[in-house]
Amino acid sequence: MPFGNSHNQLKMNNSCEQEYPDLSKHNNYMAKVLKPALYEKLRSKQTPSGFTLDDVIQTGVDNPGHPFIMTVGCVAGDEETYEVFKELLDPIIQDRHGGYKPTDKHKTDLNPSNLKGGDDLDSNYVLSSRVRTGRSIRGFCLPPHCSRGERRAVEKLSVEALGALTGDLKGKYYALKNMTEAEQQQLIDDHFLFDKPVSPLLLASGMARDWPDARGIWHNDNKTFLVWVNEEDHLRVISMQKGGNMKEVFTRFCTGLTKIEELFKNKGHAFMWNEHLGYVLTCPSNLGTGLRAGVHVKLPNLSKYRQFEEVLKRLRLQKRGTGGVDTAAVGGVFDISNADRLGFSEVELMQMVVDGVKLLIEMEKRLEKGQSIDDLMPAQK
Amino acid sequence: MTKNCHNDHKMKFALEEEFPDLSLHNNHMAKVLNKDIYDKLRGKSTPSGFTVDDCIQTGVDNPGHPFIMTVGCVAGDEESYEVFKELFDPIISDRHGGYKPTDKHQTDLNWENLKGGDDLDPNYVLSSRVRTGRSIKGITLPPHNSRGERRKVEKLSIEALNSLDGEFKGKYYPLKDMTDKEQEQLIADHFLFDKPVSPLLLAAGMARDWPDARGIWHNDNKTFLVWVNEEDHLRVISMQKGGNMKEVFKRFCVGLQKIEDVFKKHNHGFMWNEHLGFILTCPSNLGTGLRGGVHVKLPKLSTHAKFEEILTRLRLQKRGTGGVDTASVGGVFDISNADRLGSSEVQQVQLVVDGVKLMVEMEKKLEKGESIDDMIPAQK
Repeated sequence: MPFGNSHNQLKMNNSCEQEYPDLSKHNNYMAKVLKPALYEKLRSKQTPSGFTLDDVIQTGVDNPGHPFIMTVGCVAGDEETYEVFKELLDPIIQDRHGGYKPTDKHKTDLNPSNLKGGDDLDSNYVLSSRVRTGRSIRGFCLPPHCSRGERRAVEKLSVEALGALTGDLKGKYYALKNMTEAEQQQLIDDHFLFDKPVSPLLLASGMARDWPDARGIWHNDNKTFLVWVNEEDHLRVISMQKGGNMKEVFTRFCTGLTKIEELFKNKGHAFMWNEHLGYVLTCPSNLGTGLRAGVHVKLPNLSKYRQFEEVLKRLRLQKRGTGGVDTAAVGGVFDISNADRLGFSEVELMQMVVDGVKLLIEMEKRLEKGQSIDDLMPAQK
Repeated sequence: MTKNCHNDHKMKFALEEEFPDLSLHNNHMAKVLNKDIYDKLRGKSTPSGFTVDDCIQTGVDNPGHPFIMTVGCVAGDEESYEVFKELFDPIISDRHGGYKPTDKHQTDLNWENLKGGDDLDPNYVLSSRVRTGRSIKGITLPPHNSRGERRKVEKLSIEALNSLDGEFKGKYYPLKDMTDKEQEQLIADHFLFDKPVSPLLLAAGMARDWPDARGIWHNDNKTFLVWVNEEDHLRVISMQKGGNMKEVFKRFCVGLQKIEDVFKKHNHGFMWNEHLGFILTCPSNLGTGLRGGVHVKLPKLSTHAKFEEILTRLRLQKRGTGGVDTASVGGVFDISNADRLGSSEVQQVQLVVDGVKLMVEMEKKLEKGESIDDMIPAQK
């Protein structure tokens, strides 16, 4: 990390007060938790690869936040960050993930046959279905901290692993730096291409260094399974298709992920995972499953209903515009996905989406006919 | 010496695996940095922990422009220029007209050594300005410094500036406590600097913790201005309307000397050595760190076939009136010295004074429809 991770010893010559950041105008999870006493305790520490407290919090110091959106304000530079800086990260995790305690255990369940239903969402309403997650490769530093050598090693391993996939999953890797104009245009048309981050939240944490070196996109020939290499996480894995067959999307997701994990293990590289935090990712908000499963669904009537937000909350779902996070809905079409990441398994989260969206559509149909939906109001899940 | 454990961690990877891909790059760093140099320097670190990757990050992240040659590297502390000399020396030589590792730089801030400069025609010269930067010894530079270090720079700067009197008496405005009214006034005066947006600066880490410990100080007369903790520890600017460069330069030298005296009392002199002169964050600003210039009306001369050639021979450069990388408006140009290292402050300002005087004469000739062929100068 270019921003002084190891002039930590030199910084210790200054007092805590001199080094403690001014968080008076800040509104993010890190600012809520990081008091001077805690800063004092953690400032002298570093992970074995040299990630320090200041590295963890830089993005939160540089981005005071928004009065309405609560950003996390810190990142991990390696797997050990979550342990070395647990006094900071545990309360943040607890606050962000609905009271998840330092002693809690997270369950991983990537068995698609455990999902009930999900193959019959009304495609007159559900336009598309998608599931994404992230994975980190054990033994390498994470995007805020990794060197070019590490990043390239992640790319090399990923390209090898993905290259071994067959059948429905057979595909091709497109390195960002070698892309032809035609390839680039096609990837844009398919909505697959990711670009250098512009969000100040990501830039401040150092994730865009050396762009576009060792970054790339892999997708299968059918364009239903996509992997981003070295963007916000080592790997982002996405399964998607038109229509409402979430079961198929999830099955492909689990099958693909399991195969990829096996291929990595054969090369002596597991994914970062532990029984407390589940899958370990760069941003604390993505711990656990790292899973966001959702649909683009037409809800023009329901979305104007006064209890729409309440319904979503009770179903443990969240809405976004069809451009993704922080975008607006267009034409009454919403991106509806699970709100949770940690403390529930993948299957449990998928089930909430599948059952919840089914209910939302029922409600929409009722409202279309001018009927009441009071009897359909769900209890808090 | 601080152990840089992330660097040690990187050493486990081979040179090939860590060496940046500079194939699409066009900056001074990319021209110089080959695998041999990288191999030699990658295991090193300055006492404060700055590494070669830290130096070059901005140049790796910003491949450059086919027509503009950016530097592509920065220093994180005074020692960077020594520890990584195999990288910096060739870049310095390339950027500063062949300046050799054995050359000595002369500092001359005695304004009385400037000849003339008090009579540039104000019908043409709208304003005059001299700026430079200073780094405070013992504190790491903006790409690398911690909040504690940056606040120390601010504290020392405020003490030094508040001790000034007479025409230098003034006030400090910290960026983070500014009222709306103060902000509007500073914008109207063209004094306010904002968080950098240039990817060149952002990639080097200079905007961290913004706006903590950043501020603007200026005298009551609004002719002497200091920026604290922007691209360098200090940027010092003397300016006024009209063409009296001598007065501007006098105020500049006197003010700088007063400030330096106060810093020295606290055992924090400015970073300086007899080879590189004043040490600043960007290698392009080594030596004097001085850019002395005017806003001057040259509508005819600027369209003359030999305008660029004249500037080159006079060792001057042109910019638009918005500063670097802007276009000129209404035939008004920002004309300043091109050199920073290898000539003194007095010499550089002399070039500006003499050169601008000549160009105004040329402009007047062209206005009358006369030739300027006999006025074309020799290469300075």
